[in-house]
Amino acid sequence: MDQLGFADLKPRLVLTGITKRYPSVVANDDVSLSVRPGEIHAVLGENGAGKSTLMKMIYGVTKPDAGTIMWNGQYETITAPSQARRMGIGMVFQHFSLFETLTVWENIALALDEPVPTVKLAAQITEVSEKYGLPIDPYRLVHSMSVGERQRVEIVRCLLQEPKLLIMDEPTSVLTPQAVLILFKTLRRLASEGCSILYISHKLDEIRALCDTATVLRGGRVSGDAIPRNETNESLARLMIGGELAECHLIPRQAEEVRLDVKHLTLESPDPFGTSLKDISLQVRSGEILGIAGVSGNGQKELMTALSGERLSDGSMIKLFEQPVGNLNPAKRRLLGLTFVPEERLGRGAVPPMSLALNALLTGARKGMVLNGMIHPAVMRTFSKNVIERFKVKCGDEQSVASSLSGGNLQKFIVGRETMLQPKMMIVAQPTWGVDVGAAQLIRQALIDLRDQGVALLVISEELDELFTISDRIAVLAAGRLSPSIKPAETSIEQIGTWMSGKFGNKTDEGQASPNLQLETADVQT
Amino acid sequence: MFRLERRSTPSSTMSIVSPLLAAIGMLVTGFLLFSALGKDPLEAFYLFFIKPLSSTYGIGELLLKATPLLLCGLGLALGFRANVWNIGAEGQLTMGAIAGGGVALWFGDSDSSFAMPLMLLAGVLGGMAWAAIPAFLRTRFNTNEILVTLMLVYIAQLMLSWLVHGPWRDPQGQNYPQSQGFGDAQTMSVLIDGTRVTWGIVYALGLALVAWVFSQKTFAGFRMQVAGLAPAAAAYAGFSEKRNIWIALMLCGATAGLAGICEVAGPIGRLQQQISPGYGFAAIIVAWIGRLHPIGVVFGALLMSLLYLGGESAQMGMGLPSAITGLFQGLLLFYLLAADLFISFRLKRVTSAIEPPASKPVASLKAVS
Amino acid sequence: MNPLVPMIASTVVASTPLIYAALGETIVERSGVLNLGIEGMMLIGAVAGFAATRSSGSDTVGFLAAAAAGVALSLVFGFLTLNLQTNQVATGLALTLFGIGLSAFVGHDLAGLPVARLEPIKIPGLTGIPVLGDLLFHYDIMVYLSVALFLGVQWFLTKSRSGLTLRAIGESPAVAHAIGKSVLTTRYLAVMFGGATAGIAGAYLSLVQTPMWVEGMSAGKGWIALALVVFGTWKPARVVVGAYLFGGVTQFQLFAQGFGLPIPTEFLSMLPYAATVIVLVIICRDPKTILLNQPASLGRSFHSAT
Repeated sequence: MDQLGFADLKPRLVLTGITKRYPSVVANDDVSLSVRPGEIHAVLGENGAGKSTLMKMIYGVTKPDAGTIMWNGQYETITAPSQARRMGIGMVFQHFSLFETLTVWENIALALDEPVPTVKLAAQITEVSEKYGLPIDPYRLVHSMSVGERQRVEIVRCLLQEPKLLIMDEPTSVLTPQAVLILFKTLRRLASEGCSILYISHKLDEIRALCDTATVLRGGRVSGDAIPRNETNESLARLMIGGELAECHLIPRQAEEVRLDVKHLTLESPDPFGTSLKDISLQVRSGEILGIAGVSGNGQKELMTALSGERLSDGSMIKLFEQPVGNLNPAKRRLLGLTFVPEERLGRGAVPPMSLALNALLTGARKGMVLNGMIHPAVMRTFSKNVIERFKVKCGDEQSVASSLSGGNLQKFIVGRETMLQPKMMIVAQPTWGVDVGAAQLIRQALIDLRDQGVALLVISEELDELFTISDRIAVLAAGRLSPSIKPAETSIEQIGTWMSGKFGNKTDEGQASPNLQLETADVQT
Repeated sequence: MFRLERRSTPSSTMSIVSPLLAAIGMLVTGFLLFSALGKDPLEAFYLFFIKPLSSTYGIGELLLKATPLLLCGLGLALGFRANVWNIGAEGQLTMGAIAGGGVALWFGDSDSSFAMPLMLLAGVLGGMAWAAIPAFLRTRFNTNEILVTLMLVYIAQLMLSWLVHGPWRDPQGQNYPQSQGFGDAQTMSVLIDGTRVTWGIVYALGLALVAWVFSQKTFAGFRMQVAGLAPAAAAYAGFSEKRNIWIALMLCGATAGLAGICEVAGPIGRLQQQISPGYGFAAIIVAWIGRLHPIGVVFGALLMSLLYLGGESAQMGMGLPSAITGLFQGLLLFYLLAADLFISFRLKRVTSAIEPPASKPVASLKAVS
Repeated sequence: MNPLVPMIASTVVASTPLIYAALGETIVERSGVLNLGIEGMMLIGAVAGFAATRSSGSDTVGFLAAAAAGVALSLVFGFLTLNLQTNQVATGLALTLFGIGLSAFVGHDLAGLPVARLEPIKIPGLTGIPVLGDLLFHYDIMVYLSVALFLGVQWFLTKSRSGLTLRAIGESPAVAHAIGKSVLTTRYLAVMFGGATAGIAGAYLSLVQTPMWVEGMSAGKGWIALALVVFGTWKPARVVVGAYLFGGVTQFQLFAQGFGLPIPTEFLSMLPYAATVIVLVIICRDPKTILLNQPASLGRSFHSAT
């Protein structure tokens, strides 16, 4: 059993009784864990379990309200990231701390305490990045890099400071399956050199493949410790959510008429750092869910805004219910029967300082809430009360402001609002991002229910597992190009991963074969 | 030590309290300022705040000065709520005065009952036309309206200067830069005897009511509010950004233009070089004090009007420079912005850092077997 | 005497205050802060410099006092926007209104009084050169210092480590804070620098260009300085070019009278303001220009919530 070479070593980091309270929630409650040199230790939990908060305290971004931190046998109070770095702790955040308009070496130079001459720094970056299998060019501007490449910059930045403990916060949500394997190789190499690794994730397969030990958090508390290799997904899931992972089930059905018909959609991105859409064709029929996979940065934002009408397009590249809609804005497309749930909840899907009732007015105006230009508050309130009830939105009441809801509950409200507009077609982007398991379950089931009622659905998501569960067909968006769509049963995660690199055939949905399109890997966001 | 902590929902109590806090802050500073200048602060306060209100004429002046402040403030409040930063209400006011005044001069001494309505209409249209420039430039060319509206203030004032020095100068005016006085039918009549109050205040209060209905009850008002609070949400909802910008600027221009013609056709009675002591700029503060809400703007206009009167009164009674008004206006806005802080944040005492225990127990190791 | 030489010379003098104010605001905006109060700070600097020079007899004291006055006012702005998170646009406007009022108040008794003007320097050997001497070597010291300021600001932004930090903070204060940079300190220093340069720019008006104190004498130059920062797409070299172009436009009134053009003087005075609008339209037309050049966090409050 003790193949773990570090078992005899004294622990490097020991957390005892860590507690952190915020005004509305106890993020961490009496959490204890320990990590030894060379150990890859997972911190496992669903969204909202308190993993990120715990890491922030180790890295000095926040201070615990109670409990102690011991580093190499000494009690430490970590007051700032700079102190953590000096102690030898490095952290790769889920949301990168990079400056887009600066180069790689400039970004790294900013994080250094001592100034290093540019040429020497560039040489160091090249050396370290290649040594660990994550090569990057120090003179490249960050905005020109894919999300996966940017993560390499973050990791190299940590590695240059020769960390004794490396914290990785949900690192694989921005990586293709192939890139995940490369990352694991790097982490294993680091561990073999004696570096401790704290690996934060909710992805059970990865944790079982990579990690030596695991602490499971649930609702801010430690619900158990485990050796992932000895566990199954089900046993880990039970620790993580306290119950069984309910599975969504798609009953195969015959899709009917085409509701969304996109032909050769080519659109330049208004953002100079964005991705332009190139010759995208797809069809979504009544009673089916088309899932679009792909790591963010490959044109998802541009596709979404083109389909919703937030960005207008020419001619008949986009047809809704057989009508060309390229020049119609979102309100007009809604009148035809399209609804959509955007990726950003606060600020786009809902107005943060407004109540839920007023937020219903955002897209629900035509449901009797506005007559002759005047608002009818009673209709507004009834509608939002219905949404809250049907979708089990946890909030004060319909007058609660949107910003006071948790991510999962706000997402339930938005999905509920759009559902109750009785759409004929719905587009959803990142439906369960940052949402707890219970809410995620409800949302996915709501989408499937809509499909069963004959609504056409387009779901854009970074979570491959989710797409495999709820899609009738899957396509991949890579560097602004769309792969042909395929049934989940007829493909695999590996093949989808390959497609994410842009290596897919140029077959259109009508079945016309063309020579294989080999895209430059550098072109594509991997 | 205290720390600022963001509230989960903005405090509506503080929303109403903060203008009062700001006013108090301004008063306290004023107190100190007067003392420092060697003037008796209590006498200064009397001259500033009590004396102007101590006669019917005084109340009339209060309403008179509040009129352009209220008119401009209403339009600005609506614009600011929609994230349209019209800083050039002064220029739109000037253009309204020029347009309306031009119509008045054209009517000359005529008795026509069309004169006044046409003058008012011209004033409104003049202001709207001037505001159409930044609206066009923003919707068509993405040009930020802050600097454009401001530059147009200087241009409008220079235009007025040219007119009263040149083509529209009163030939019997001994070369003063002013136009002929407007005829009787082209001057707004006095509403209350013993004062100079005209119909302007009635228009202004009526518009305040209309503005309230518009912003609270209509879908158009809702759209503009969303555009100001969350532009991405407005785009998502399909609310036309261009339409919102045009509505906001046209309303601002209309109210400012109306303010302009009411001034020159009312208390001033002619076109001259100086037709406004900065009402368009003071109205920005009025809108802010009024929390961008039409009813609040009414109170803000009255307060700001009092500051103007107080400045004049202090100038006459104590020899203080008239610039003291501008000083107080700036101070009021500073304090208001500072007091607004407590709407979104609260003060929290910082708890002391965690101390490690005095004794060192054996490090606990979760046995992993 | 060649009429071109005095025209160019007066353009340089007209451009110099714009250079000071605009370079200062460039640094402020590169750090992510929008300070619309330049006009107010310029007027405070003008009256402070004027008063200090009158009482001390030294222009140097005057400029130093002007800089100090600008810094003091900018600290009020800094405290409100950086510590209290107030809306930067509204606070900048408040600063302008306050500065206009305060300067008029303080300068009430100073209007129309004479002051020791800052004289142009004479460099032995160089100033005496015909034409070129008057064109390049016959200005007051503040003109040459403005050139030095430009070089300093340029070096700071492109080559120095603290300039790199400033640029990073301007793009994303949240990220800068996450990697341990002090956003507040850097922004405070930037705002104070902007205050000092705006004050000096104002003093240049009351001690060199006019030289006199008149209420509201900057007549919108503070706003033009703001437009110059946009015109120069936040790059010091372009900002300076813009300043000289605008200086030329403000002087056009005199040129036109010199050439006997029959345009009413008020319309000629409108030129700088109209030119500002046109320039802004040209720069802002392509949204990508702004997206690529404007510091991403410009105007947004930063709260280091933990």
